[in-house]
Formats: sequence, structure tokens, C-alpha cells
Amino acid sequence: MTDASSQSIRAGAGVAAPPLELQSVHKAFGALKVLEGIDLTLAPGELLGVLGPNGAGKTTLFNLIGGEERPDSGTVRLMGRRVDELPPHRRCRMGLARTYQIPRPFSNLSVFENVLVAGSFGAGRNESHAHPSCQRALALTGLAGAANQRAGALRLLDRKRLELARALAAEPKLLLLDEIAGGLTEHEAAALVELIRGVRATGVTIVWIEHVVHALLAAADRLVVLAGGRLIAQGAPQAVIRDPEVQRVYMGIEVG
Amino acid sequence: MTAPDTGPSSAHWRVSQSTRAGRFGLLVWAALLAAAAALPWWADASYMRLATEFACLLVLAQMWNLLAGYGGMVSVGQQGYLGIGGYALIALADYGGINPFACVLLAGGVAAAVSVPTAALVFRLQGGHFAIGTWVVAEVFRLVASNTAALGGGSGRSLQAMREFARALREPLTYWIGLAVAAASVTGVYLLMRSRLGLALAALRDSEVAAESQGVNVRFTKVLVYVLSALGCGVAGALYFLMNLRISPDAAFTVGWSAAIIFIVVIGGIGTIEGPIIGTLLYFALRETLADFGTWYLIALGIVAIVAMVRFPKGIWGTLAERYGLYLFPVQRRVVRDP
Repeated sequence: MTDASSQSIRAGAGVAAPPLELQSVHKAFGALKVLEGIDLTLAPGELLGVLGPNGAGKTTLFNLIGGEERPDSGTVRLMGRRVDELPPHRRCRMGLARTYQIPRPFSNLSVFENVLVAGSFGAGRNESHAHPSCQRALALTGLAGAANQRAGALRLLDRKRLELARALAAEPKLLLLDEIAGGLTEHEAAALVELIRGVRATGVTIVWIEHVVHALLAAADRLVVLAGGRLIAQGAPQAVIRDPEVQRVYMGIEVG
Repeated sequence: MTAPDTGPSSAHWRVSQSTRAGRFGLLVWAALLAAAAALPWWADASYMRLATEFACLLVLAQMWNLLAGYGGMVSVGQQGYLGIGGYALIALADYGGINPFACVLLAGGVAAAVSVPTAALVFRLQGGHFAIGTWVVAEVFRLVASNTAALGGGSGRSLQAMREFARALREPLTYWIGLAVAAASVTGVYLLMRSRLGLALAALRDSEVAAESQGVNVRFTKVLVYVLSALGCGVAGALYFLMNLRISPDAAFTVGWSAAIIFIVVIGGIGTIEGPIIGTLLYFALRETLADFGTWYLIALGIVAIVAMVRFPKGIWGTLAERYGLYLFPVQRRVVRDP
């Protein structure tokens, strides 16, 4: 299962540079090989879902794209540009935004101030010009009523919403989502899928790591499965999920 | 974004950074400043000396609070820049022939210049290591001063350039400079924390990783604030030795300065602008009432510190602000919905 989906072929018709391109990326922590030869190209406007068991290297993949970690070998390109030497804040200003699996709010700032940091610094605007995008991001994520609350006082679910709100306020071209649907009810997850699809409809390219499989199936154009540091499958979501190898590795189902 | 409907509640939304207490605070602040400026006409020289010393400690406390309280960089070595400010005053005034009063600002510039390469060194360290590292750097500065004969070596020297100024001119002028510097430090920290830079600083104190990933140049912001803090400490040091007329390495670079500053800020309320002001007032009140009791003074200081930290971990002002929602220097950005 290595064929690119028809969606990405159509969207990547050689016009704009791929928002994200990884070429034979390797990363090891000591003797532990976390990522081994990852090749991945995203088409503009694509929504890519990433599945994989715990410890598969998913968050490390995001850290390499975001710039918190450097690959041992291989290249990372954002918007067609090599970013090996760029620190995270520079990548953010190029149009990359991400959420963290374990929320990292600015606890002593208000919810609004949290979003304002991304809206102002991430989008490269002065504060007052960032207000509209911050207001939109808070409204979209259902946090408008909590704008003046101290972020440290938020419940876990609202902290996850705040992660998403901050990423949206930066008005990114490429959005990395790290397990934002965990802990949501089915209804809330469906609303989140609608929200993410709405964001994609504005032309934002999205990579979404998620354990909530039905959310990814509902939202993704393409699915890749990461296991043991390698991409073991990629393609149309429904096809990938039925792949025997994926079922064996990810779902723990032994297939004859 | 496809936000179809953001709801009527957010239609009229604006961001406010002022509070009623804040507007009131501005009035109180202006009145106090006017009264303080007239002090040379209604108080004698000993009070002017005390007030100048108060100004020095207030500036130091504001600078340490900016660094540690707002920026999360806990330094135990700001006396290094205080000492450099003092010695820069001596060097510029006695050897450079520059007017000693004008040297106060220049000395701050010297301290800021020294802090740039120092930052490259100490920012390799984190947390507790950073604290000890800054202290070690201050000790290195002390050793350099002790071993420089032109600056008086280990026994120090006096500020000779001040001999040409009569006492009646010297004392009020020093005091007024102190007042101006203290007012500038409070106003400066206030404006900085209300600015975009202040937002970045407050963000990176809570999470450097998240701030960096949201476009904040964490390294640059920290170094900039470190240099600004060094500038303030250098000015305070120059002011102190302009008043004292004599400097020695042990007086200039003692870690006792850091102990006093940390006492002031932590008791007063770390991470607030009001806290260092209240802390400095308390520190002077204790010192002036208990100084005659010798060792008992230090014991009393210790007891106050322990009780305050156990009962009011957020400091006096932090506790008041939380209980009564009182902000004389509001830096928070609040969303206001107009009906």
C-alpha cells in the first residue's frame, strides 16, 4: 500500500511547493531508533491522518517538523524550504502551528492572553491587529466565555481546546494536531471533526495524530500508519484501516 | 476561517488593560512623586540619604522582579552589575573627567555592555545552575576589582570627583537623581509588562517550549530582559556609591545585596510591580526600628521572612491582589464585552 491517494495527486499538481516534505528522516535517542527512513510529502490543503501504537515515533515526528528536535539524517522542508537550521519560532513564523499532546498552557496568563501570544508572535502582527484572529479562535473552540479565566485553572478538556485555539490564532498554513480528540464524547468528537474540516476548507494543510480512529476516518484525505519508526502503510483511510498488516500491528488483531 | 457564527456575545468585544484601581493608582503615584520631589525643602540630609538608599533598593528589587518574577530567571548575581555600576562611576568620573552625576546613566550602560557576553555564558545554565552561575560571575567581578590597583584594589577607594561639589548641592541632586531613577524603574517595568515584549516574557516563564513554538524568540527575549535588568542594577549601583562617596569590592559585590533584594521581592509579592515597593518599605521599616538591637535585627528579619512565606506564599501584595482583585499597576489584558 504505497500509492498516493487520488486526493493528494490532484491537489499537488505542481503548482505550489509542498507545505511539508520529509526525505529519509532518521532519528535515534542513544541506541533507540525512533524513526527510520521516513519519506512523506503533503499536498497543499491536504488533511493527513497519522495512526500508530504508543511509542511508534509519532510525537518525535512532530518534534522534528516543529524544530524541537533535529533529525540525525535526512531533510525536512516546509513550504519548499529546508529548515534544518531554523529554531521553532522561525518555523512558526513561516506558517507552522502545532498543539501538544500534553497541554502546555501559559498557566499564569488568561485564556485570551494565551491565544494572543500565538496570534501576535506566531502570525507576526502587533497585538491589536491580532485581536480579530484571537477572537475567532476562541469562538471556534468554544472558549470565548472563558477568555478572562486563568489558563492554569482550566479543566483538562478545556486545556486541550486552548491548545487548538492557540494554534488557530497563529493562522497557520500547516497545522500539526497531536491527539486533540482523546477524552471527548462521541458528539464532541463529531463537532471537532467538523471544526477541523472547516479549517482545512480555508486552505490550511493539516497533519493529525490521533488514537480516536473514527475521527480520523471521518476527517482525513489520506492515512499513514507509523509503527516501529517506519511508515508501514499509507493511502485512502478506509483502505489503510483494512490492511492486514495495520490490523495486526495497530489493532492487535492477528490475521491468518 | 469558516466560523459561520461567533455568537452575539462576542460581537462587541474589546481588550482593556486598565482598571479602576489602576486609574486611581496613577493619581496616588503622581501625588507621592510630587511630595517626594519637594523632600529637600522639608526634611534634613539624613532623610535624603535614607530616601536615596531606598531608591537604590527599590530599583534593584524592580530589576530582580523583572528578571525572576516576570521572566522566571532566578539570578543570585545581580550585585555583579551593581558593583560594575559603582566602579564604572569611579572610573568615568575620576579618570574620565565626566560629571559624576551624568555618570550614573553611563554606568548603567557599562553594566549592560558587560552583561551581553556574560549572558552568553550564564544562559548555558538552567534553573538552580543558572542561579549559582550568576553568583559565581559576580564573585569573578569582585576578584577583578580587588586585583585592579587603579580602582583601589582590595581596600577600595573614594570618589574624588565629588570634592568639587558643595554639600548643599551634592545631597539634593543625588536624591533627585535617585527619585527619578526609582520612578523610571517602576514606570519602565510597568510599560514593558504591558507591551508585546512583556507578553512574551510572561509566556516563556510559564512554558518556554510552548512560547517558542508559538513564534516567540525565547533566547532573544531572555537575553534582552537580562541586559535591561543589568542596566537598571548598574544605575542603582552608581547611584548608591554616588551617595556613599566610597567603594570597596566587598561592599559592592557582596551577595548580601541579593539576600536583601530577594527578601524584599518575595515578601512584597513576586511577579507584581506593587510587591517590590511594599517589600522595600517593609525592609526599611524593620531596619530603622530594629537596627539598634544588633543580631536581634537579623533574627527578626528571618522570622518575618519565614512567617510571611508560610502564611502568604504570594507575598503581601500578591495576597491582597488575589483577595480584593486590586491592581494598581494593571498589566493584564482583559476582554470586555460591551452590551
